[in-house]
Amino acid sequence: MKKPLPAIRWPYPLEWDKTEKAACDVLVLGGGMAGCFAALGAARSGSSVILLEKAAAETSGAAGSGCDHWESAATNPCSRVSPEELTGAMIRSHHGYNNGISHYIECREGYDRLLDLEAMGARIRDEQGLFRGAEFRDEATKLLFAYDYVNRFTLRVFGTTFKPALNRECRRSGVRVFDRAMATALLTGGGIPSERVTGAVAVMARTGKLLAVAAKAVVLCTSRPSRIWLFSPEYPGVSEFRPPQTTGDGHAMAWRIGARFTMMEKSVKGEWSGTRSYPPYGTGNNHNTWYACTMVDAEGREIPWTDRDGRTLAGVSERYRPAPGQRFFLKGGGEPEFPFYEFQGPETLPVDELLKKGYKLPFYADLGAMPEMERTVIWGMMVGEEGKTRVPILQTYSERGFDPERDVLQSYGDGWKSGSFLPQERQLFGLPGGLLNDWRLMTSVEGLFAAGDALFASNCAGHAAATGHYAGRHAAACAARRASSAIDPRQLKNERERIQAYLKKRPGTGWKEINAAVCRIMQNSCGAVNTEELLRAGIAALEELREREMPLLSASNPHELVRCLEVENILTNAELIIHACLARRASSRELHFQRFDYPDVDPPDWNKFVTVRKTAAGVEEGEEPLEYYGSLPDNYERYNPERGGRRR
Amino acid sequence: MTKPGKVFVLPESTSHRPVIIEPSLCTGCNRCVTVCPSDVFLPAETKGRPPHVVYPGECWYEGSCVLACPIPGAIRLELPLSQRVRWKRRERS
Repeated sequence: MKKPLPAIRWPYPLEWDKTEKAACDVLVLGGGMAGCFAALGAARSGSSVILLEKAAAETSGAAGSGCDHWESAATNPCSRVSPEELTGAMIRSHHGYNNGISHYIECREGYDRLLDLEAMGARIRDEQGLFRGAEFRDEATKLLFAYDYVNRFTLRVFGTTFKPALNRECRRSGVRVFDRAMATALLTGGGIPSERVTGAVAVMARTGKLLAVAAKAVVLCTSRPSRIWLFSPEYPGVSEFRPPQTTGDGHAMAWRIGARFTMMEKSVKGEWSGTRSYPPYGTGNNHNTWYACTMVDAEGREIPWTDRDGRTLAGVSERYRPAPGQRFFLKGGGEPEFPFYEFQGPETLPVDELLKKGYKLPFYADLGAMPEMERTVIWGMMVGEEGKTRVPILQTYSERGFDPERDVLQSYGDGWKSGSFLPQERQLFGLPGGLLNDWRLMTSVEGLFAAGDALFASNCAGHAAATGHYAGRHAAACAARRASSAIDPRQLKNERERIQAYLKKRPGTGWKEINAAVCRIMQNSCGAVNTEELLRAGIAALEELREREMPLLSASNPHELVRCLEVENILTNAELIIHACLARRASSRELHFQRFDYPDVDPPDWNKFVTVRKTAAGVEEGEEPLEYYGSLPDNYERYNPERGGRRR
Repeated sequence: MTKPGKVFVLPESTSHRPVIIEPSLCTGCNRCVTVCPSDVFLPAETKGRPPHVVYPGECWYEGSCVLACPIPGAIRLELPLSQRVRWKRRERS
C-alpha cells in the first residue's frame, strides 16, 4: 500500500510582508537567451543592469536546456547568402507578415552572438573533428551546417553549453541577476496608454518578498503567451511545447500599461503538447532537428523525397541542396505551412498522396538507412543538443535499447508530427504576435524595449540572442539620455495589494481550474471559428471568470502565488488575443485566421499589420503598413552607425 | 495572510513520477533544486538528505536535474506512459 505523503515545512524564509527596493539604468525582465544577451548588451554599453528571471538563468527559457541549430547566421564566413537576401526571403515567404527589423538584426548580428558564446566557453564548432570529412562540415572553420549545405547560413551548434555559459558571463560582467524573481507589473509615468516606463515590480518565487526596481529603461525578454488553448491539469508542465513557466507574462504586463501589439490574431493548429502528442523531437520524423532523415512505411518501403518541381531525389545528399536553378531554400523554425515556391526546399510527398500510392501507416524514421555522418549528426548531436532531447530522448531511449543503426522509430499523427490535433486546439507558434517595435526595438511606450519572443513574429534562439543584445544596447543608449526614475508609491501599493490578495485565505479555486476554464472558453469562442458574436461571447465569459472566480483563487505558499499570478496573465493574454481577432475584419491565409463573418481571404485593404492597445476608454485599434520598417540596410546603418562597417 | 514559519506543503498527488531519486546515491547537494526551471523540488530539512519532489505535475521533462546532478544514477527522469514512443527492428523491402 502506498504510504501517505508527509507534509513538509516550507524550507525558505517567508518574506511576503517585505519589499526590497533597487535601482539601475537598464532592467531586463526574463533571463532566457534574449534576456541574458540583453543584459550583456546593456552592461557592455556601460549601463548598470538588473536581470529578473522567474526560474534560474543557468537553465531557463525555451533554449535553457539546449538548442541544436542557429538559423540565419548570414554573416558566418561560409554563408553564400547576404542578410538582405535572407531577410527578404523570410518576409516574402510570409507574404509580408514578418518582423523585418528583428529578422534583419538576426541576419546581421546572429553570428556575432555565436562568437560571443564561444568566447564565453560554449561550443559552436566541431573542434574535436567528430564529423571530419562530412559534407556539412567546413574543414577550415570547423563549422557545421544544417539544411542547405550549399548556401550554409544555418549552423548546427552544441546548444546545451549555451545557457550555463551565458549565466556565468552575466554575473562576471556585473549584471545583478535575481533568480526566482517573477516580474509582475511595469511601473510607468502617465495614464493608460502609458507615456514611459519607470521600472517594474517582481515577486520572489520562493520567499514571496516583493522587489521594486526603478530603471531608466526596461527590456522585456519574456516569452510568448502559452496555455491559452491547451492545458492538462494532470501534466501542466507539458501542456505546451515551451517550458511551463513561459506564460507570456511580458505580453500581459505590457498590455496592462497600453503598449501596442500586432499579429496577436494569428494562432496555428497545435503542433506539440503533452495532452495530444509525444515528446518533441522524440518521434520518427524528418523535419527540423531530424532533417532530412530517411522515412519508411510500415512495410519498410522507403518514402521518396522530391524537390520543389516534383523531381524525385536520387540520394540523401540531394535533400540538402537547392533545386536546379534555385538560389537557396528555407527550412527550420518559422517555415511556412504553405510552401513558397521560390524558397521551397526538398520534402517528402504529402501523407495523403503517399497513402493513395499504397504506402502504409505507420511511418518510421530509418536512421540506419542514412550515411554514417548524417545518422550520427542527427542521433547524437542534434538529438542531444536540442532543448529537452539530451536526457528524455537520447539518454532514455538509449538506455531502453534503441539502436539507431538497427531500429526504426515510429511516427505519429498525420504522418510526420508527434500527434494529431483538433482545429480548436491552438498554439502561438510559427511567427506569432507580440509587441510592435521600432528600429531601436523600442515598443510604443517610451523606454520599454522588447526582444526574443516578446516581439511579434519571433522564432528561434538566434533571433532571441541577436535581438536581445541589440535591444540591450539601445536600452543603454536610452537610459544614458534619461534622468533617474523613482518608484511611484501608489503604483507599488496597488501592485502589492493585487499580489497579496492571493495570500488571503479564501474558499479556493485552484489555478489549474482557472487555466482549464480559460482554455475551454478559448477553444469554443476564438481561434478555429471566429465571428464577431462568438468573440464577444468569449470576452464576456473571460470577464465573468475574472470577476467571479479570480477573487476566490488563493495560494498557500510563494510557489503557488507565482502560479496564480501566471494564470491571471494567461487570462489577460486570452483577452488580448480576442481583441486582436475582433480588430481584423477579414480572413487571412498567412495568419491562419478565418472570420466566418468576413470570409474574403486577404482582401487588399487588409494586407497590413492590425494593432491593438488598451486605453483608459477601452481598446484602440490601429494599423501599420506591412513594410513600415522601410529600407533594411539603410535604417539599420542609420540607427547603428557604429556597426556600419562590420557587414561582410 | 499566513504568518511566516507556519506554512506546510503536501507533495502534489499525481499518477506519474517524473523524477526518481535514488536515496542511497543522492548526497543532498541540491543542484537539481537550484536548476529546475519549474521549481518542482523542495530541499530536505536535514542537510545531506534527498530533496522532495513536491510539484511533479509541473515537470517539463527536459532533464536539467539529471544534467546537473554530480552523481551518476542518483536522479532519473521517467517519461509518462502516454509519452513513450515505440520503435522496432528495421525490415527491408
